This record gives sequence, structure tokens and C-alpha cells, in this order.
Amino acid sequence: MINYHFDWSVIARNMDRFLAALGLGLGLAVISLAIGCVLGLAVAYARVSPRRWLSGPAWFYVELIRCMPLLLLIFFIYFGLPEFGIYFMDKTQSFVLTLSLYAAAYMSEVFRAGLASIPKQYVEAAKAIGMRPWQRQRYVVLPVMFRITLPAISNNLISLFKDTSLAAAIAVPELTFLARQVNANTFRVMEVWLTASAMYLATAYLLATLLRLVERRYASIR
Amino acid sequence: MDFSMTPGTFLFEAWQARFSLLNGLSVTIGSSAITIVLATLLGILVGITLAYGWWPLRLLARLYVDFMRGIPVLVLILFTYYGLALFGINVPAFWAGVIALSAFATAHVAENLRGAVQSVPAGQMEAAKSIGLRFDQRLRYVIIPQAFRRMLPPWVNTGLEVVKGTTLLSVIGVVELLLASQQVMARNYLIIDFYLLAGAMYLAVNFALAQLGGMLERRFSYLRY
Repeated sequence: MINYHFDWSVIARNMDRFLAALGLGLGLAVISLAIGCVLGLAVAYARVSPRRWLSGPAWFYVELIRCMPLLLLIFFIYFGLPEFGIYFMDKTQSFVLTLSLYAAAYMSEVFRAGLASIPKQYVEAAKAIGMRPWQRQRYVVLPVMFRITLPAISNNLISLFKDTSLAAAIAVPELTFLARQVNANTFRVMEVWLTASAMYLATAYLLATLLRLVERRYASIR
Repeated sequence: MDFSMTPGTFLFEAWQARFSLLNGLSVTIGSSAITIVLATLLGILVGITLAYGWWPLRLLARLYVDFMRGIPVLVLILFTYYGLALFGINVPAFWAGVIALSAFATAHVAENLRGAVQSVPAGQMEAAKSIGLRFDQRLRYVIIPQAFRRMLPPWVNTGLEVVKGTTLLSVIGVVELLLASQQVMARNYLIIDFYLLAGAMYLAVNFALAQLGGMLERRFSYLRY
């Protein structure tokens, strides 16, 4: 450090690229969370189902994904799926698929806990006023469950956002990839990594604050 | 999958690659073990600072933990790998990775310990004070034993995260299980088979670790209040 002279002009020159890369990472996280929520809800319903042929595979899926390193999944889907004759995905789509499958496993655990925490009386009351099974889910169970699980969903969004850094491994041009590239081209090690860290940190913090506002807005109806 | 032992089949190639794969597995397990031990020791220190520290120290610990939890591990690893050289510290990629992973896991252990310690009812601390125990005795004999059971499940989870996190060391060129498998694949193009094999090995390690955690939890389930 003694002889290190900071030169922030490299960062200033590349700021638009840094911001675009950050935006890409954020977009990947949001899309994956959205797909992951839908899939995760299906998996959660499968897991609480009394039918063994539904709950068994769902349990297996969740445990499998949760024991696998994300990087391994990314490589497996990116390099492995073409072996099965699936060629149509570019690296970004392949990464979104991986992160969605990964998010689905974690979200399903969140939703399962959410479903379990809904008082039985709610469903019974819905039954008593003559709601059909899907109406009970649509108007009673799901709205309450989403409110209960909102903090966990936002936590997952933040950790998914941090996980988008792994997309650098298959050359998706998000923030970590760009930082590595600029680092390799200019050797401004401290500037590049401090900038990348600060951008991740600031975005994560901003997301957390924003989501806490959303939580407060919706927590009132319990 | 063809199960005959001729060149080009999975079994043959896996047998040919057994030493590099086992070597990769040992690097994965070794780096995880070092990281878990380091992170636990440092995490206890930082966690106790978070819970009871003098306020400037507590602020520092809080900043450290929040920073570590806001930055992706991969960025930390790359930062450490490229950054340490600037301080004149020339460490091999393995140690740069272990340092970064430990720094990350320390924050998790610390936060987890803080939560566990603060969940012990305040009356316990007061009672320990009133019978005249010193601070270290209060922690050693009263608080930590009760907090221990609370922090066990998240601690095991951090351990699993660390094992999964060691795959990121492949990015800076540490030949752990993932990179070792990829090197084997580069030789024989059996991509699916060797990713599945690597996956099964990770599954085995993580499953064993989770079982160990479960055993510890049952062993210490009498610590309850």
C-alpha cells in the first residue's frame, strides 16, 4: 500500500459501464425471484400435499438444490443442457434459468413455513361462508401468507442479487465480470474492487431499506 | 451411461481421474475446515464485541458485519486475491480464498452469536452478576452454555454455506473439487457424468455435515431454559 497511488479516472471513464452492469445484475435477480416465486409456490404446495408422489419429489428437489453449490448448478446447466440437445439458450438465459431453479428451492421453504403459519380457523371460516377450495386459497390463504413471508422474500431478493455475481463465471457481463475485466485491462486493483464492493453494498442497503418500507405498508393488515 | 471399463466410458475415465478428483475433494474439505475453524474463533470474538463491546468497538464490529453481509463472496474473494498483493503480502490463491471466505463466515457467526446471546433472558445475566461472577465467568458459565443451543442450527448452516462457497475458489484458480472435475471434463468431454459425480460428492459432504449438526443438536438438547 505504501507505494500505491489512487487513480480514480479509470472508474470515472467506465462509470456508465459499471452502472449498466449493476442494472443487469439487479434485473437478473428480480426476474429470477419472480420465476422462483411462482415455481417455489408450486413446490411448496406439492410439499404440503398429502399425496406422496407429489411431496416426495418436491422434498427431493429442495434438498438437492440446497445441498448443491450454486456455481456447480450454473456450470451444469450452461455446459450440460446442450448435451441433452437444448441449444436455444444464451448464457444470460441459461443463468436466469439456473438462478430461478435455485431461488424456487429456497422460496418453497419460505412459502411452506408461511402456509404452515396460517391459523386453521381462517380456512375453516372460509369454508363456513361457502368458498370453494381454490377461492379459499386465492382470497384467504395466499394474501395472508404473502404478508407473513414478505420479510423473507425481501431477504431472498437481496441474497439473489449478491448471487448474480456468480454469473461472471460464465461471462455474463454483470458487475463482477466487468470489474474483473477492467481490473485486468488497467491494473487499478483497489479502485476497481472498492467501486464494485461499494456498488453492491449500496444497492443491497437501498434494496433493504426500500423493501422495509414495502413491508411496513403491507404489514398493517394481519 | 455405459458401465463397461473401456477408454471413453465414464467408469474408466473416473478411475483414471481418481487421484485428481480425490485431491480436489481434499482441497475442498481442507479449505472448508480451516475456514470454519477460523470463522468460529474470530466470530466468537466479534460476536461478543457486538453484544457487549465498548461502543466504538461495537460500532466497528457492526460496520464490519454489515459490510461483509452486503458484498458478494465472489467479490470478496477476487478483492482479496488481487488486493493482498498490493500490501506486499504474497499469498497463494488458496490462502487468499480461505482468508476471504473466513472474513465472510466470521460475520455470519458473529451475527448469529449476538442473536443467540441476546436471546438469553436478561435475568440470567443479572443473577450471575448478583452472585459476584466476573464478566468472563458470566459468559463462560451462564450465558454461552444457554446461547450455545440457539446458535447451533445457524452455525451448521454457515458451515454448509462455507462448503458450497469453496467452489468460488475455482474462479481464482484453486484446484478444488469443481475445478478438478472441470479439468477432467476438458480431457474426456464427459460433461454430464462428471458434473453429476461432483454434485454427488458435494451432496455427500454436505449431507454428512448436516447429519453431524443434527447429532450435535440432539447431544446438546438438554441445554434448555
